[in-house]
Amino acid sequence: MPINHPGLHLNKLGAAIPAWSGEIRPADLQPICQIVQDGGGRLVALWGSDERGEGKGFALHIALVNEAGLICLSVPLSAGQPAYPDVSRIFPVADRMQRAAYDLLGIYAHEGHDHRKWLRHGAWHGGNFPLRKDFDAALSRTDEPDAYPFVQVEGIGVHEIAVGPVHAGIIEPGHFRFSVVGEKMLRLEERLGYVHKGIEKRFESMSLQQAAKLAGRVSGDSTVAYAWAYAMAAECVAGVTPPDRAVWLRALFLERERIANHLGDLGYLGNDVALSFGFAQFWILKEQVLRNNAALFGHRYLMDKIILGGVAADLAETGKRTLFEECAMLEREVRVLRGIYEEHAGAQDRFIGAGRVEPKLAARLGLCGLAGRASSLAWDARVQFPCAPYDKLDVQMATYRNGDVAARVIVRFEELFESLRLQREILAKLMHDGTLSVPLEKLAGHGFGVGMVEGWRGEVLMAIHTDAHGNLTRVHPHDPSWQNWPVLEHAVLGNIVPDFPLINKSFNLSYSGQDL
Amino acid sequence: MYQLIKQIIKTGIKTEAAPQPDEAMRVETQRLQEEILRVFGSALNIRHVDAGSCNGCELEIHSVNNAYYNLEGLGIKFVASPRHADMLLVTGPVSRHMEVALKRTYDATPEPKLVVAIGECACDGGIFGESYASCGRVSNVIPVDVAVSGCPPTPTAIMQGILTAISAKK
Repeated sequence: MPINHPGLHLNKLGAAIPAWSGEIRPADLQPICQIVQDGGGRLVALWGSDERGEGKGFALHIALVNEAGLICLSVPLSAGQPAYPDVSRIFPVADRMQRAAYDLLGIYAHEGHDHRKWLRHGAWHGGNFPLRKDFDAALSRTDEPDAYPFVQVEGIGVHEIAVGPVHAGIIEPGHFRFSVVGEKMLRLEERLGYVHKGIEKRFESMSLQQAAKLAGRVSGDSTVAYAWAYAMAAECVAGVTPPDRAVWLRALFLERERIANHLGDLGYLGNDVALSFGFAQFWILKEQVLRNNAALFGHRYLMDKIILGGVAADLAETGKRTLFEECAMLEREVRVLRGIYEEHAGAQDRFIGAGRVEPKLAARLGLCGLAGRASSLAWDARVQFPCAPYDKLDVQMATYRNGDVAARVIVRFEELFESLRLQREILAKLMHDGTLSVPLEKLAGHGFGVGMVEGWRGEVLMAIHTDAHGNLTRVHPHDPSWQNWPVLEHAVLGNIVPDFPLINKSFNLSYSGQDL
Repeated sequence: MYQLIKQIIKTGIKTEAAPQPDEAMRVETQRLQEEILRVFGSALNIRHVDAGSCNGCELEIHSVNNAYYNLEGLGIKFVASPRHADMLLVTGPVSRHMEVALKRTYDATPEPKLVVAIGECACDGGIFGESYASCGRVSNVIPVDVAVSGCPPTPTAIMQGILTAISAKK
């Protein structure tokens, strides 16, 4: 058993990764979280569901991960007073997720220390909860302005800089409130939720196939990771195993998504330190990857190419040759560019020491994904829980301990080379013919399934609950940005304001993925 | 420095020919006079506003700045403030939480101004549609001149949309 606790009875899920589910009493929530935390485990996701239609109340769901696998726990809550013990004292990362669960569903943490709204601004009334099944969109509509009590920093010479939601660059909207003295940042507070567009509610009215498309659009830059996680969750509920050739192609798509995003980020990191040469060069390379995607698979970002039960695109022998050539070209070019970045005194001066997150703080706050690995946190779902075909690939994890912008640049370079190596291996092992998908039309009634995929930014999780007829009753997508946004607030402390764009870019977090 | 210069020379010029305007993208009859368009046509400033997108369209808007498409080479560039802009490039279904910000950005953009809606969601609400949290298409919130569909639209289509908006209607 992954956790030993007397109040816990777990069922092994038939998922592609080691995963368990179980129901616990509210009183057991904190002790179990504490056991997981003491054992070096983390909280991945927290969400709620309305089960009043089934004669029950509400439920809180949490996904924990430790060295054994993913543990999904459900806590039944009463319909009248849907409260649960606060877990944010054990896992600080739970804070915003708990607040979001209140905004959307009206379930709340006892003794939670932050009761401010999170995803709700002024689009619906505070006493109405969109994810409740009896939510009335017309009745709850309001246009009240968003009054959000930011924490104020006081002192001689302290002033605030308010940025956003519309930013200066081509990026997603969000608000940043800086408290500064001179150029130095004393505090950063994020206000997100601007691109909340009701994704979770939308899922509930969708067929399995429509929902697959929506899953691929939770965060466009991670469309492959989301589509795979969703398919994995649905396949877990349906008890379907995708064919061999399909999982190899899925891994190929996922590594290509990582390659494209890392190339783009490395270009922008150069741009942000006035090395526009870097942007020009890396984006030429990225464009070539995207064009190969379009020519070989029919979409530049591979949207909708992972479907339930398999994949919707194939690769012929000629395509393999194109990709082998692409690998060789990228390895050659990126090596030259890496040399230039490393020897560029101006760039390194800005990279080194900026936006530092000490490994100890990173572990405490639950930093994950590539940013976590740049702060010594050796977690990578492809390594820890290698689902097919990663079990045959032996992924080499890239870690670094400095936790600064330079470390996140280094990890990106290393992961880029590793993904190119993996792409070569996948191409070599990708056998000809074999089916691309197996039918998956319907899910089991009262089912629960989960999928977790290491996207380029970090682990993407998808959870699916079905009703008695096997329809989607609750789908929860979880972006690694939930974990990493709060850490950015710490990373910038003591840095100067002009370094914020660089530090922010070095994390490159998703707004859409966390605003839902 | 030697490596850097060598790499620049080795890379050469990647920029491709710009696409032609496409009349099919035009939503409204031209609101502007030809004279002004001639001015815009040689130096256009764009303010991008993500009003609720999944960030897929942003990836392609970044791409129009890469060496292959080289939008800046046509005298068209992205600026940091709507007050400096001639055109708004708007993506996403407009989330209710971005409705006010989008309207204010539109109001802050000096007349005469153009609005190009980028992507399926901006054109018709896309997969997110209209809901308690989404106003749907961009034209539900501010006037739109040209709409570019696609999920996400290719960089060529985005450029075509921009060029259509600044080309006089024949």
